[in-house]
Amino acid sequence: MNVLVLATEILRKDLRIEARSREGVNTLLFFSALLVFLFRFALGPTEAQVRQGAPGLLWFAFILTGLWGMARAFQIERENDCLEALRLVPGDLGGVYLGKVVGGCCVMVATEIAIVVMFGLFFHLDLWPAGGRLVPVLILGTVGFVAIGTLFAAITAHLKAREVLLPLLLLPLVIPVLLPASRLTELVLAGESLGAEPHWLRLLLVFDLVFLVLGYLTFPFVMED
Amino acid sequence: MVHSGTSVGVSVRGLGKAFRGTWALRGVDLDLAPGETLVLFGPNGSGKTTLLKILATLVRPTRGSGTVNGADLVRGRDQIRHRVEILSHGSALYEELSPRENLSFAAAVRGDRPAEGAVAAALERVGLGEVADERVRTLSSGMKRRITLARLLLRRADLWLLDEPYTNLDREATKVLEAALQEHQERGGMAVIATHNFLDGLKLATRLAILARGRLILDEPRGTMTLPAFQELYALRTEGGGR
Repeated sequence: MNVLVLATEILRKDLRIEARSREGVNTLLFFSALLVFLFRFALGPTEAQVRQGAPGLLWFAFILTGLWGMARAFQIERENDCLEALRLVPGDLGGVYLGKVVGGCCVMVATEIAIVVMFGLFFHLDLWPAGGRLVPVLILGTVGFVAIGTLFAAITAHLKAREVLLPLLLLPLVIPVLLPASRLTELVLAGESLGAEPHWLRLLLVFDLVFLVLGYLTFPFVMED
Repeated sequence: MVHSGTSVGVSVRGLGKAFRGTWALRGVDLDLAPGETLVLFGPNGSGKTTLLKILATLVRPTRGSGTVNGADLVRGRDQIRHRVEILSHGSALYEELSPRENLSFAAAVRGDRPAEGAVAAALERVGLGEVADERVRTLSSGMKRRITLARLLLRRADLWLLDEPYTNLDREATKVLEAALQEHQERGGMAVIATHNFLDGLKLATRLAILARGRLILDEPRGTMTLPAFQELYALRTEGGGR
């Protein structure tokens, strides 16, 4: 079975399920709105404080909603033992991983855009001019997070304490992605270009690549007995 | 039916599986020739499901070895996965997809390309043509079981591994399963069925086996074995704890 064909089938199936299941999208949007609402109270009305705290808070919100999305991606597979059927797929199970990563990125980036829009509305910030530079940062940060998150969601999928273990295992590991992503977000929101501090961009790209390769190579072993 | 490797059929020797130090399966020897249907009986926890999962390559044996059509249970997993279909306790259905989408997805990820109209035909055969495009979550558990039966019919696998196939099936669907098994046998396909249902199990079997406490304590041709005779034999063997 061709890896890319398998990945495409998994992606198509996951996106179709997400599009039909209002439970997932509605919960994510409601949770995102709630987070931004809470941040509004935490930061107060001063614009300087908001601008200073925005990048970190944005990524905090992305990670929290992302964790929920990661767990959900494998909850769908756990229901009715679908995961067991996927394990019977002949060939490279890395295709399942790639499909899950791309699907997870699509859902997470869509949620992130909704969060950014809500953030702008709640804090009266004009984020539109930074939008063109912000989207690549969101995508790069999300790829790194989802790449390692998918692997750990698969590892914890069969554990009883998976809701607790997934964030416990994952959060320390995503720090190398979170740091450059939030720093680059800060630069972009301050009106700077992505190349202003190129080492952060390089660090983010390197960790995206490392996590993707690590996940792709390890995932088949995780899926096996 | 495609065969590769040095031999056809199923052959396992000294198969054992331990879960955290507890042996679920011990020293199982088994041979199955093309066209044979082995019906496996045994009390709960006797190792029937574990044996099916090992044959499906879902579980690695702790001891022993085996082949399916010449492909090794551990090293030849990919080859075996092309040739087996398992019907287990879980339906492996996505609730938000329709029966048609579930079947098409299952075929696509296994690298199968069903002929035009094959999915619809399989669903028609199990009596689900009218709900082919409804979401699975709106269907009853019996209908979901029928979808898994349609998935079995769609794939021309060499080896069918059926774990309690009668669960949630009504008489009509049971007849479809029996007819499908008959056709599968005639094509030279093999089947291992784990069940507690003596009546239906005996009807389908060309070979009968009993597992107790992880050991295969009986494995013989169905022959002229009657239901009362087998029930008596089963009680005798299993009440003794399989010793």
